[in-house]
Amino acid sequence: MSFAKSKFHHKALPKNELGLTYRDYEGAISTLCAGCGHDSISSAIVHACHELSIEPHHIVKMSGIGCSSKAPNYFLNNSHGFNTVHGRMPSVTTGANMANKNLKYLAMSGDGDSASIGLGQFAHVVRRQLDMVYMVANNGVYGLTKGQLAATSDKGVKNKAGEISLFNDIDLCTMALQLGASFVARCFSGDKAQLVPIIKAAMSHKGFAFIDIISPCVTFNNHPDSTRSYDYVQDHITTGAITDYVPIKEEITKEIPAGRFEDICLHDGSIMRINKLDADYDTSNRMKAIIDVEEHKQRGEILTGLLYVDPTSRSFHELNETTETSLNQVKQDILCPGQRVLANINDGFR
Amino acid sequence: MSEIKINDLVVKFANTNGTGSASANNMFAKAIMRMGIPVSAKNIFPSNIQGAPTWYDVRINEQNFLGRRAGKSDIVVAMNAQSFVADINNVCDGGYLIYDNSKQLPETLLRDNIHFLGIPISSICLKEFQNPRQRQLFKNVIYVGALAALLNIEFDVLKTLVRDQFKGKEKLIAPNIFALELGHQYAINHFDCPINYRIERRDLIGSRIMVDGNTGCALGALYGGATVVGWYPITPSTSVIEKFASYCQRLRIDPASGKKNYAIVQAEDELAAIGMAIGGGFNGARSFTATSGPGVSLMAEFLGLAYFAEIPVVLMNIQRAGPSTGMPTRTQQSDITACAYASHGDTKQVLLFPDSPAECFELSAMAFDLADRLQTPIIIMSDLDLGMNDHLSPPFQWTDKQKYDLGKVLSIRELDNMKQYGRYRDVDGDGICYRTIAGTHPNKGAFFTRGTSRNQDAVYSEKSADYVENMERLTRKFETAKHYLPKAEISKGLQNTKVGLVYYGTTSQAINEARFMLQQQGIPVDLMRILAFPFGDEIKDFVDHHEQVFVIEQNRDGQMRSLLITELEINPSQLDSILNFDGLAVTADAIVDGVQAQMDQQQQEVI
Repeated sequence: MSFAKSKFHHKALPKNELGLTYRDYEGAISTLCAGCGHDSISSAIVHACHELSIEPHHIVKMSGIGCSSKAPNYFLNNSHGFNTVHGRMPSVTTGANMANKNLKYLAMSGDGDSASIGLGQFAHVVRRQLDMVYMVANNGVYGLTKGQLAATSDKGVKNKAGEISLFNDIDLCTMALQLGASFVARCFSGDKAQLVPIIKAAMSHKGFAFIDIISPCVTFNNHPDSTRSYDYVQDHITTGAITDYVPIKEEITKEIPAGRFEDICLHDGSIMRINKLDADYDTSNRMKAIIDVEEHKQRGEILTGLLYVDPTSRSFHELNETTETSLNQVKQDILCPGQRVLANINDGFR
Repeated sequence: MSEIKINDLVVKFANTNGTGSASANNMFAKAIMRMGIPVSAKNIFPSNIQGAPTWYDVRINEQNFLGRRAGKSDIVVAMNAQSFVADINNVCDGGYLIYDNSKQLPETLLRDNIHFLGIPISSICLKEFQNPRQRQLFKNVIYVGALAALLNIEFDVLKTLVRDQFKGKEKLIAPNIFALELGHQYAINHFDCPINYRIERRDLIGSRIMVDGNTGCALGALYGGATVVGWYPITPSTSVIEKFASYCQRLRIDPASGKKNYAIVQAEDELAAIGMAIGGGFNGARSFTATSGPGVSLMAEFLGLAYFAEIPVVLMNIQRAGPSTGMPTRTQQSDITACAYASHGDTKQVLLFPDSPAECFELSAMAFDLADRLQTPIIIMSDLDLGMNDHLSPPFQWTDKQKYDLGKVLSIRELDNMKQYGRYRDVDGDGICYRTIAGTHPNKGAFFTRGTSRNQDAVYSEKSADYVENMERLTRKFETAKHYLPKAEISKGLQNTKVGLVYYGTTSQAINEARFMLQQQGIPVDLMRILAFPFGDEIKDFVDHHEQVFVIEQNRDGQMRSLLITELEINPSQLDSILNFDGLAVTADAIVDGVQAQMDQQQQEVI
């Protein structure tokens, strides 16, 4: 069930450029389990959108089926949303984007949704470079059906019922990198300081932006045998770089010491500032990103942060050369060639 | 000397797949049309690219009986060694076999009661053309030239056709005309031309055009304002999208910027194809996909979502022979049940049944209005015979007065003036609610679309009352749909009769001939063609006003009959089935035989 939140808020709440507080970006009260990592993601999205001063009605929330896919109900009440079918959110988002390229598409999916039933659609939406933010709330378990192993569960881990994962896991970040995603990041839902700027940067990026978010399931996958539990992730997380986001209108004053910091200009002119914890980390090297993710995994660690970005990427619509006006706004007099043209067409069939 | 037959014959071309025969055969059919004589053409082809036998049947008939004719052909052009024996046997007594006699025919193959007209086609090509591809292609053109002499087709008509066909590729005109002349001259020099079957100019075509149904669907989508297409190739629907894309390239490019006013994605599968179309519909663009039976099966889950979430979308189903992979290049009308109730739960989909390329155009364009008006999937039920074969058809018609019906979509101004908006509130009592499109209003009208149950304000709800209210409203909407859908066409015979024939789609081609034949046998019939589901009241009335009603279908299980019985609560004994499901278009003979057999059986039972 969804419950409406009270509209009441403290007068002193900070307002963004549009005069909106973060409360204006909230959704219905969550019905997910108390402590669910997905709620932290919702909260990060609310903060990111508020700080970016995006008009909520210019965002479309997309999802498939599962706990993760229920989450868009719990943020951005003034945005349209579409909770589609299991694993097939990418195609619906593709169609929505084809119809109106002038909105932002914020998609939330899960490990079952994206790595199992929807793996095919996930792969193809990456290679089509659809202009969208695709977040996977990855808890390594099937929550809504009560605890089955997921395709992202690490080989050898046990689920709550004691069943061991016999097979290799699917790493959606390395898949996204291999398939040509132009923005790939991995975050931990419990690290809001890391997640919010990454979401903001992803929303300023043109092309396909993928964020795999480790989001522990408190009910079915927070036990000692899990590699997706809060404790395990907190003990094994490694961050390649700390990312900060500097909006286009904010004056950039910070001194940038050579070798440690890197600024990446995103499509809308805003800056993604990367503070490299690992001095060798190179966010422009797709191949190395894949190797880094795998090397950390071999050591039982989880590499987080911005893994790769291509600031020169082109979106699906640019590649397809569609008109500037969104297709759902093109009028009949443009779309319909009219009876005179049809008369000529008929003549061709005589 | 046997009787001379004018403008009433069937010519069968037996070729090998991949030899380029289709365009030459089509030239032959079109020449007949240009001489003002009704003609139909059916390409019977294998699910194979190259090398397997293929046939092209041309029926010429002054009375406009243009359905597939049962029985043997009057003239067979036998160009395929693989099927040669069967092709010889396919010539009717007194008919003609035209064949390549570059090699001598074994005497064992000869029949006494047909005429063998041998033309050394391969030898002529070998002598006259240097290029191997030309040697292959012009074999087909040579036999068309010979047929022109044998049947007395005006040679100038053929020459004009060649010029029209190769407009822009002028280099090809002269060699094609030369090949036609080679065949023509050979026939004149060696045979007693014209033969007993002849073509005589008439003026019976009027404004009609010769075109396939898939082109009609493609143009219908273009004129209906479709801009978003997701699709996955599958025979026999592929050419709908390919033609749509081709017309868009000509007619939908913004002249100022050179950019496209459309977007087409070849999806990874049918699931994604309809997902894209639904995403486009959700976001307010006119969107469609085209597929065939196996694709419909894959799309079923999404069709249920679009039905329940009330998303406008158009699906063009060009049916082929199922189940499973079935016969991919043969025709059937066997997806009726699968489409009417596509998806799990209590789901009902709106279906349209075109019977000609012109109607493919009209109903496809209309489908986008219906989808927006009813906020639900609209499924066009074409088939391979209609979609991929050329038919004589009324011309495509559009008047510039026609305005798109965008249905109940709220503008920013309307939202501003509203006190309360609820996505699923039945404000007008017709079951159709008001929708809003993303991006319209900063703080009014946003809602969460979902396939799960919800209340009138689109908020998730598992309350029984909310669910039941929603489902009942959807039923009400389905009833409302009848007011917007085309009514069944009823054609009363000249005599009062208690016998009615019910049919739909491509059966139209055979129905008038069947009626004529039944009339000759003292069985006058009334006709009713169903154009849409849900069924209008006139359909039940027709059944109730006839003692004996036959439902003619091109499937095994009488799917339309079942749908009529279920939806209209008709007593099953009121409806008899006449079924044809061999993968070929139904013939008038099959309909007549079916009616007679059932009548005889019932008479036996009475006795």
